[in-house]
Amino acid sequence: MFEYLKRLYHKLGSPKYFYDISGRMLPWLVALSVLLLIPGLIYGLGFAPPEKYQGNSYRVIYIHVPAASIAMSGYMLMAVAGVVVLVWRMKMAEMVAKSVAPIGASFAFICLVTGSIWGKPTWGTWWVWDARLTSMLILLFLYLGVMALNAAIENAQSAARATAVLSIVGAVNLPIIKYSVEWWNTLHQPASIKMTSSAIDPEMLFTLLACIAGFYCLFAVMVILSTRCEVLLREQRSNWVKKLVGAC
Amino acid sequence: MADPIVSQPLRAVEVPSMWSGMMAIMKRDLKIAFRQRSDMVNPLFFFVMVIALFPLGIGPEPSTLQKIGPGVIWIAALLSTLLSVDSLFRQDFDDGSLELALLSPQPLFVLAFGKVIAHWLVTAIPLILVAPILSVMLYMDRDTVWVTLYSLLLGTPVLSMISAIGAALTVGLRKGGVLVAVIALPLYIPVLIFGTSAVEAAAMTLPYAGQLAYLAAFLVLALTFAPFAIGAALRISVTSQ
Repeated sequence: MFEYLKRLYHKLGSPKYFYDISGRMLPWLVALSVLLLIPGLIYGLGFAPPEKYQGNSYRVIYIHVPAASIAMSGYMLMAVAGVVVLVWRMKMAEMVAKSVAPIGASFAFICLVTGSIWGKPTWGTWWVWDARLTSMLILLFLYLGVMALNAAIENAQSAARATAVLSIVGAVNLPIIKYSVEWWNTLHQPASIKMTSSAIDPEMLFTLLACIAGFYCLFAVMVILSTRCEVLLREQRSNWVKKLVGAC
Repeated sequence: MADPIVSQPLRAVEVPSMWSGMMAIMKRDLKIAFRQRSDMVNPLFFFVMVIALFPLGIGPEPSTLQKIGPGVIWIAALLSTLLSVDSLFRQDFDDGSLELALLSPQPLFVLAFGKVIAHWLVTAIPLILVAPILSVMLYMDRDTVWVTLYSLLLGTPVLSMISAIGAALTVGLRKGGVLVAVIALPLYIPVLIFGTSAVEAAAMTLPYAGQLAYLAAFLVLALTFAPFAIGAALRISVTSQ
């Protein structure tokens, strides 16, 4: 098992192999995200039972929670890819890290916007300087810093290695966001879903889980598309890309 | 007749210890700073002037100034660190001594640590010494002034370490200045939050030891890990030339 994973890992380091296998995975991921997201969102936004205290305004949860989760996991992915870049100098990790940054930043932005739309009816204000909101805002700023640094360095490889250092340093923020609602007594509620128990109605829970899984698939699709683009750009001189582009 | 090469024990090349390498680079940087005093004095002037702008811009009522005082002092300290850090590696990068540091037998993070300590001594210590006077001008009481001093003493080395990472990442670029701010400011925020909340708690005669303990924890974290990040960043910046 371990040997197999190691072989897979080394194979994934080759841009051509990544391009082939991601091309084969892409239709499945697209289908999966459509199958999860469209029913999940329609049911969540239209038909799921209203919440006892918040009425219908809670329905934004079906976008807010997935976006928040993806924004954090996206940063985690970028930091892990950064470690791979610095330790093994793997070219594919550089490309993945580069394509994750703008997508993760957009999910962080969506999370902040939907949160503030949700905050208006429930808390009576668009924004509070509460620990969770502030640390999410910092996450967005960190993404922007990573993107700015990547854009400023011309050589693709040294840009990737410099951003790798920055994203690893910035990963300090992730546990702060995760535990901000438990460490500080703030307006934002603690997580309702845990591995062992959940404090929400099963009907809402399954809809929410479908939305989370669907948004993760969508995120994977977006990252793969953007990385494939980057592969073609970076490998434009290699024979297989020339053959591929010539064939089209 | 014994073979002269075999009979003599192998002698390792004498290499100065890590500690002496760090002290050497620290002394050198301090000497340079004392010879060109403007690098040392300008961040201080900037700090004083920014703080003087607030009463002029917001209004001189003591109650308002008392309320915003901690935040004003901390933000001014943060900005002046950001301004001064651009020169931290720039000169060494331009004249090639950074490459020598990379080739030296001491590990790069030790030398980077020495440089950042020297930079902190030169730019932050004067600022910390002036801060009590400015906090009195912002109508803080005596205990609060002391807490301001403690919080700056614990917080400014963290700021120096963080901004050194930014400076090291951007030292090879033509227009590094704004980029350093974009990179370093998000990482400053936790320090700013705990620094100002310590001073605010002291102003309301609440316990402030917790916030100072958090700042001390950040300091330990930064002193432990930041030198490695600075070293790695310098290596990337120099080798990608």
